[in-house]
Amino acid sequence: MSTLEIKDLHVSIETEQGEKEILKGVTLTINTGETHAIMGPNGSGKSTLASTIAGHPRYTVTSGSITLDGEDVLEMSVDERAKAGLFLAMQYPVEVPGVTMTNFLRTAKTAIDGEAPKLRTWTKDVKEAFSKLKIDADFAGRNVNEGFSGGEKKRVEILQLELFKPKFAILDETDSGLDVDALKIVSEGVNRAQDENEMGTLLITHYTRILRYIKPQFVHVFVDGHVAEQGGPELADRLEEEGYDRYLNVKA
Amino acid sequence: MSETTTHIPDEKVRIGAPSIPGFTEEGEDLSPINDNDNSPLGGASTKAHSHGGGVETPDSSRAGRLTSTNVEDFAKLTGREEDWRFTPLKRLLGLHSEDLTGAAPKVELTGNDIAQLSVISAEDSLNGVAHTPDDRVSANAWKFASQTQVVTIPKNAEGANASLRITGESLVPAAQHLIIVAEENSEATVILDHVGSAVLAQNVEFDVRANARLTVVSLQAWEDDAVHASSQQAVVAQGASFKHIAVSFGGDLVRVNPSARFAGERAEIELYGLYFADAGQHLEHRLFVDHAVPNCKSNVLYKGALQGKDAHTVWVGDVLIQKAAVGTDSYEANRNLVLTDGARADSVPNLEIETGLIDGAGHASTTGRFDDEHLFYLMARGIDEKTARRLVVRGFLNEIVQQIGDEALQERLTETIEEELAATEN
Repeated sequence: MSTLEIKDLHVSIETEQGEKEILKGVTLTINTGETHAIMGPNGSGKSTLASTIAGHPRYTVTSGSITLDGEDVLEMSVDERAKAGLFLAMQYPVEVPGVTMTNFLRTAKTAIDGEAPKLRTWTKDVKEAFSKLKIDADFAGRNVNEGFSGGEKKRVEILQLELFKPKFAILDETDSGLDVDALKIVSEGVNRAQDENEMGTLLITHYTRILRYIKPQFVHVFVDGHVAEQGGPELADRLEEEGYDRYLNVKA
Repeated sequence: MSETTTHIPDEKVRIGAPSIPGFTEEGEDLSPINDNDNSPLGGASTKAHSHGGGVETPDSSRAGRLTSTNVEDFAKLTGREEDWRFTPLKRLLGLHSEDLTGAAPKVELTGNDIAQLSVISAEDSLNGVAHTPDDRVSANAWKFASQTQVVTIPKNAEGANASLRITGESLVPAAQHLIIVAEENSEATVILDHVGSAVLAQNVEFDVRANARLTVVSLQAWEDDAVHASSQQAVVAQGASFKHIAVSFGGDLVRVNPSARFAGERAEIELYGLYFADAGQHLEHRLFVDHAVPNCKSNVLYKGALQGKDAHTVWVGDVLIQKAAVGTDSYEANRNLVLTDGARADSVPNLEIETGLIDGAGHASTTGRFDDEHLFYLMARGIDEKTARRLVVRGFLNEIVQQIGDEALQERLTETIEEELAATEN
């Protein structure tokens, strides 16, 4: 079992008005095999947490720690974090010019595993992953995310999740912009990865609808840069009915 | 970061009795100004000395460019001229102003023995078969080239493969004149492989005769201190096809001006290019496609990558579709990828259309950045920074490499790109 531990994390970004604190002391522990949902209103810092774990240079950790099985994640470069077993499914995957999906997937897999995948099984794995996520095989020859629709980009993120087999996946609003069919396909992909790899999942979402397909054991409500409430799946049901007003009113 | 200019002459003259000013029954009459047989690029007149293209042609048209074999006809350069405004003249090391008395780079021919290499004197009438200098450096090279090396692809030859290794051995400013003749119905690939150190003003002529198919790769793989200004002009006869691929990696300053003129119908011109500029390098490509006759097709695609402080690339693409060139199909595009801060890519497509009766004409220019978000995405998938950059550059430039069609050559270029990428990382 692996453990991703976040302790009293404070994170700031540079703005034109100077430094702005986004995360104001976040503490969270996730073990492999667990699914945690992080829910909260827009601007509460959910995506900042996701990007900070992955090491996006825009975010500065001012205090606190993130460790993976005791190893200091904050000391690792972005690629080292991926190699250590962390995977961020991005909210807005960028288009990468000049790099085909095939080439990208193989290069990333080689980097993460530290050795090139066996050609025959790899080709088969990629093909299967494409077909399970209902991605047209032609996409393999296209440049990464180039000209993909919003939904296609999200599917391709989950495709990578299935192929790279991380210890922990952080899904940053993977459900946003997906219709019901695509949401189902994507959720099935996440569930498969959890079943096959004992993956720990941090599911970041604004809405509860993805929780019909991916069942969390833990729900954390994010408000204004910290965890305002935690509980089991029943907390998500309550949010479904009441929305976030309760927390926002408390703040006011 | 990018500049797009589409030139359409302002002045319009009515022909016939159209009800709408500026239109004839054939459509919009875009340039009656050049509607005369004395156009400086109209057939045989190109070979005569012309000065400023005559009073009827405005300077703003590419057709109005002064052409002359006499260097004195060109004013001394100030750097403010339209065709020199991006070029750091000091770094030409005298190619535009000094006597070019150095020894021309050595030329060695290898290949499959179909092509023949010969030497003719500067007085031989073959000189100028496809070429008239259109700038001061080219005219200076014309003046000082003491002889001309000629590669001939014989009539009806198939699969001719000629590699000219052009080795610079000194930094004394020098001139060189080459002519490639692809005789009727021949098929050939010619590589101009520039290596070593040189300060070189060069004229290269391509005489692509009827139904010939000529592919040329001009590879600028110079050492870091080389300076190279090369004017490469082709005349493409009826039914012929000419594919030119400029590949520029090495040298302090490289300026390659490929130009191609249709001389007969149903001919095809493809101009491709790829360049990779490192810190401090100036790589410039100015090309010209002259549609002077009907029913021809041209396609232009140049792609470049830039990396490092003061890496500078310039691409200017002039395409002229003359009044007579009905049924023309033409497209030009330039794409740049800026990999780091401090690099600059200038890109100026100029499309002049003098007839509405064409199949198509278009241009595009994009200059994109490989930015922190691309890098973050690739690194978040375990790919280290160096590999991420290589992956992107290799993929981006590969589109041009794939255009070459010759496997051995493609492999060689892929290797060159790899070497360049490796060198950049040191």
